[in-house]
Amino acid sequence: MSTQDSGRIAARFAALKAEGRAGLVTFVMAGDPDHNTALAILKGLPGAGADLVELGMPFTDPMADGPAIQAAGLRALGSGARMTRTLELVRAFRAGDQATPLVLMGYYNPIYSYGVERFLTDAREAGVDGLIVVDLPPEEDQELCLPALAAGVNFIRLTTPTTDDKRLPAVLANTSGFVYYVSITGITGAGSATAEAIQAAVDRLRRHTDLPVAVGFGINTPEQAAAVSRIADAAVVGSAIVRHVEQNLDASGRPTAALVPSVLSYVRALADGVRQARG
Amino acid sequence: MTQALNTFRGGPDEHGHFGMFGGRYVAETLMPLILELEEAYDAAKADPEFHAELRHYLTHYVGRPSPLYLAERLTAELGGAKIYFKRDELNHTGAHKINNCMGQILLAKRMGKKRIIAETGAGQHGVATATVAALFGLPCTIYMGEVDIERQAPNVFRMKLLGAEVKPAKSGSRTLKDAMNEALRDWVTNVEDTFYIIGTVAGPHPYPTLVRDFQCVIGEEVRQQMQEAEGRLPDLLVAAIGGGSNAMGLFHPFLDDPTVKMLAVEAGGHGLDVPNGHAASLTGGRPGVLHGNRTYLLQDDDGQIIEGHSISAGLDYPGIGPEHAWLKDVGRVEYTSATDKEALEAFQLCARTEGILPALEPSHALAAVRKVAPTLPKDTLVVMNLCGRGDKDIFTVAKHLGVQM
Repeated sequence: MSTQDSGRIAARFAALKAEGRAGLVTFVMAGDPDHNTALAILKGLPGAGADLVELGMPFTDPMADGPAIQAAGLRALGSGARMTRTLELVRAFRAGDQATPLVLMGYYNPIYSYGVERFLTDAREAGVDGLIVVDLPPEEDQELCLPALAAGVNFIRLTTPTTDDKRLPAVLANTSGFVYYVSITGITGAGSATAEAIQAAVDRLRRHTDLPVAVGFGINTPEQAAAVSRIADAAVVGSAIVRHVEQNLDASGRPTAALVPSVLSYVRALADGVRQARG
Repeated sequence: MTQALNTFRGGPDEHGHFGMFGGRYVAETLMPLILELEEAYDAAKADPEFHAELRHYLTHYVGRPSPLYLAERLTAELGGAKIYFKRDELNHTGAHKINNCMGQILLAKRMGKKRIIAETGAGQHGVATATVAALFGLPCTIYMGEVDIERQAPNVFRMKLLGAEVKPAKSGSRTLKDAMNEALRDWVTNVEDTFYIIGTVAGPHPYPTLVRDFQCVIGEEVRQQMQEAEGRLPDLLVAAIGGGSNAMGLFHPFLDDPTVKMLAVEAGGHGLDVPNGHAASLTGGRPGVLHGNRTYLLQDDDGQIIEGHSISAGLDYPGIGPEHAWLKDVGRVEYTSATDKEALEAFQLCARTEGILPALEPSHALAAVRKVAPTLPKDTLVVMNLCGRGDKDIFTVAKHLGVQM
C-alpha cells in the first residue's frame, strides 16, 4: 500500500481482540428511506452497538442482492439519493465519530460514472475507510482495487463457498482491512449456512490470511449473530436491518416516528447477541 | 495482446477485453463458474465431435442453411441497391436465437449440467432456450420481466407448452435488464448444477465470444451464398441491434474484408432527443459497467441504469455487446438508429412488397435499408439480416395501427 490508510479498521479489530469478542458489522442503505432518516440511523448505529458500519451505495441493478436490499436501493434512489449525497452522509457521520470504521458497499458503475480518481479522493476525504464492490473480482483489480490501495482506502474482498483453494490466494492478494466471507451461494437475505460449514470455511481462510474474517449473508437473528461470533472476527447483518426500515414506513412510503428507534433497538439486540456470545 | 490493426477479428484478449470493453465484472461466487465455462468452451472449440454434433442439429433440427433471398419487388420499389434478405426468420422457432441456444445447450451437456436458466425480453430467446431444453430433456427456468410477460403473452404460453417454468422479474423496471438480474441471482444461488444460456453477445467473458461464435454461421453462409449468387462479396451488411447477436453473427466473418461496409441499427424509440424514450445505447449512451461487462449503457449522470424504450421488446435493453462498443470506437461498423414509427412503416412495406411479416427487430434494419438503398447504385449488393418473423408482433402492430383484434 503506497498511502497509509486511515487505520480505523485495524484499530477497531485490535480493540475487539483485546476485549475478547467479535464485532458487529451493520449494513444500511444510504438515503433509505430518505437522506435525513438514513443519517439519523447512521449516527445512532455506534451507540446501538455497531462496531463497523457498512453503507450501501444505491444502484438500480444490484445483481447479488435479494428483495430487501433491492427495495432499499430503489427507495433511496426514489428519494433523491446519488453518489454526492452518499458522501455527504459519510461526512456528516464522520463529523461526530472519528473511531468507527465506515465501509462503502455497492456496485462499480456509479463509482465508474463518478470517476475513479475523483471518487477515491472524495471518499477518503469524507472519512471512508474501505470499499466493498460486489462486481469487481480480482481479475479486474486494475479498475478500482489497486487505485484504492494506492489512495489509502482499504479494498475488502468477498470470498464465497465457490472460492476454491486454487483461487483463494489470488482473491486475498490485494485484500486489505478484513475479509468478508459470504457464507452461502446466493443473494443477500436468503438462506443461512450451518455453524459447521462456517467454521470450516473460516478455518480455511485463516490458513491463508492473517486479516480479520467477517461472515455475512443469512444472519437474521441475534442468536445467529451470536453463533457466527463464536467462530469469526465479526458478524455482518444487512437485509434483516433493512427490513426494519421497510416495516416502519407508512402507506405512502414515508418513515414513521417509530422507524429510527425500531432499527436501532434491533441493532442493540444483535449487538447484545454478539457481546454475550463468548461470555 | 496487442490488437494489430490488420485484423478486426482478433478479440477478445485473454481477459475478455475488446479494447476497453468487455471483461468479467461479476460477483466472486460466479467467477469460478465463468472460468469453468471458458475452459469447457475452449475444449469444445478444439473438438471436431462438438462441431459435428452442432452441425447435425443445425442442419436437421434448426433447418440451416437459411436462404439468401433477393427481394426483387422491394429492390424495385426502393429503386437503388440490390437488396438480399438473409432469411433467419425461417429457422425453427422463427428467429436467429436458436443458433446460439443450440451451441450452448450442447456445451451444457458436455459440462454435465442438469438445469438450464435464461433471461428473455420479447420471448424469442426464451422460446429458443425452452425448445432446446425440451429437445435434450433438461428442466428449464426462464426469467422474464413482468411488463414483458404482459405484452408478449403468446411467447409466454409457447415457453410453458415447451415445459419451461416462466418466472416473472418483479424488481426494477420489470423488463429485460431485470430478467437478466434475476437470472444472475438464480445462477449465484444454484452454482452446482445450472447452466445459464445468455441470449446475446453481452455478459461476462466468455459469453460475448461464445454467443458470437455460435451466431457466425449466419455470416459464413452469406459469404458462400453471395459467392454463388453474384460471384463476389456483398457491399453492405445491415442488421438491427439490441444486445447485438444477429448483427455480430452477420458482420464478424466479414470484418477483415475492407470492401464490405456494415450498418447496425439501434432502436430509436420515440427519437434520440426524447429522454428515456429510446434504447440506443451506442448512439445515445456512454460507457459503463453492467451485467458483467463494460460497454455503452443508457444511464443517468449518477451511473444509474435507465430502462430505455422501444416498440420492440427485443431491443429495449440498456446495454449492447462489448464487441459492438469496440467496433463503434474503432470505426469499423457504422451505427445508426430507427424510430418506432420508421420500423412500423418498414414492417408494412415488407409485408406488402415481399409477402413477409418481419419481426419488429429486423424492421428497424429494414427502415435503415429503406433510407440508404435508394442512394446507392443498382449494382450495389446489400444484405439485410431478416433475423426473426413477425407473427409474435401482430398484436403490437395492430395496437399501433389502431386496429382492434
